[in-house]
Amino acid sequence: MGEVFVITSGKGGVGKTTTSANIGTGLASIGKTVVMVDTDIGLRNLDVVMGLENRIVYDLVDVTQGNCRLKQALIKDKRFEGLCLLPAAQTKDKSAVMPEQMKDLCLNLKNEFDYVIIDCPAGIEGGFKNATAGADKAIVVTTPEIAAVRDADRIIGLLEAAELRNPTLIINRLRPDMVKKGDMMDIDDIIDILAIKLLGVIPEDEAIVISTNRGEPVALDMNSSAGQAYRNIAKRLTGEDIPLISWEAEEGILGKLKKIFGFKE
Amino acid sequence: MDIFGKAAGKQEPSSKSIAKERLRLVLVHDRASISPQLLENLKEDLLKVISSYMEIDELGTEVTLNSNESSVALIASIPVIKINRI
Ligand SMILES: Nc1ncnc2c1ncn2[C@@H]1O[C@H](COP(=O)(O)OP(=O)(O)O)[C@@H](O)[C@H]1O
Ligand SMILES: [Mg+2]
Repeated sequence: MGEVFVITSGKGGVGKTTTSANIGTGLASIGKTVVMVDTDIGLRNLDVVMGLENRIVYDLVDVTQGNCRLKQALIKDKRFEGLCLLPAAQTKDKSAVMPEQMKDLCLNLKNEFDYVIIDCPAGIEGGFKNATAGADKAIVVTTPEIAAVRDADRIIGLLEAAELRNPTLIINRLRPDMVKKGDMMDIDDIIDILAIKLLGVIPEDEAIVISTNRGEPVALDMNSSAGQAYRNIAKRLTGEDIPLISWEAEEGILGKLKKIFGFKE
Repeated sequence: MDIFGKAAGKQEPSSKSIAKERLRLVLVHDRASISPQLLENLKEDLLKVISSYMEIDELGTEVTLNSNESSVALIASIPVIKINRI
């Protein structure tokens, strides 16, 4: 039986889709079987980040409405045998999917795959409820900005209310140079405020823009620091104890690391 | 109170410490307004503790968060009916 992770944030544009693509790819690159589900109905994006947009025939709504079988809608990745994408519907009504259907879908998928990665839409309405309905665990993405952290705080409360306890946090778009100058909140500040476990930190990295242009997830780029950070996150999800990369730990939180990663449960 | 952690001298607070302080305040508001239940629970607990020292008017009791630009205060208004002789 696999595990279902929902990638969520509240605020839009903080990196949920990028994170979903790269955690999925990272896990597949270490031999896991993974399906990524895009639940952002009407704003389909995970397909282009993965470079799979030309292969889509059926989508999530086709599956929940029974227009096709689940297997028919799963798009095989170009790079990894064990990696699949279930794309969001682009033209259908948002209310076409119900939380109960998502629960069933997630159950079916985790029977077949080691990991189910759900890319959640922005907001706290229906799309959020669908995305979280079948999830076993939640990963909250934020950036070091007031609005993003505030929304993350709200989302953590809502996750708890939905019985998705102990979510972990990814801080995206961190700029160590700005942190050093005192012009950006650092890892400690954010963890202190949100009081949840840190899963990883992704730097602001132009390699993400370049790889998204190409449809090649940055997790496959061995020379980029964002790619390295995503590969580390994927390993942590499998239970490996991987310390933060040196630049991530720059603000002297190295000592706290052991405490933060309680991942060996 | 030096909430921005200003160093000695006339240094401007860093934009990060301003952000952190603003975030702290906004979250006090968010979290409190999201859970009126929290204030209700707090009120009940307060009443329990206080009523072992004095007789109070439970119906007239109000517990609220009062805020201005730079701080948030917990305000409890608890009418006392009678204070027990010790
Ligand atoms: N660490 C990063 N460095 C540079 N650009 C990033 C980073 N993370 C995300 N982006 C860019 O930010 C934009 C929004 O990211 P996306 O993953 O689509 O966010 P969301 O799904 O939360 O709306 C995209 O253009 C993406 O390429
Ligand atoms: Mg997205």
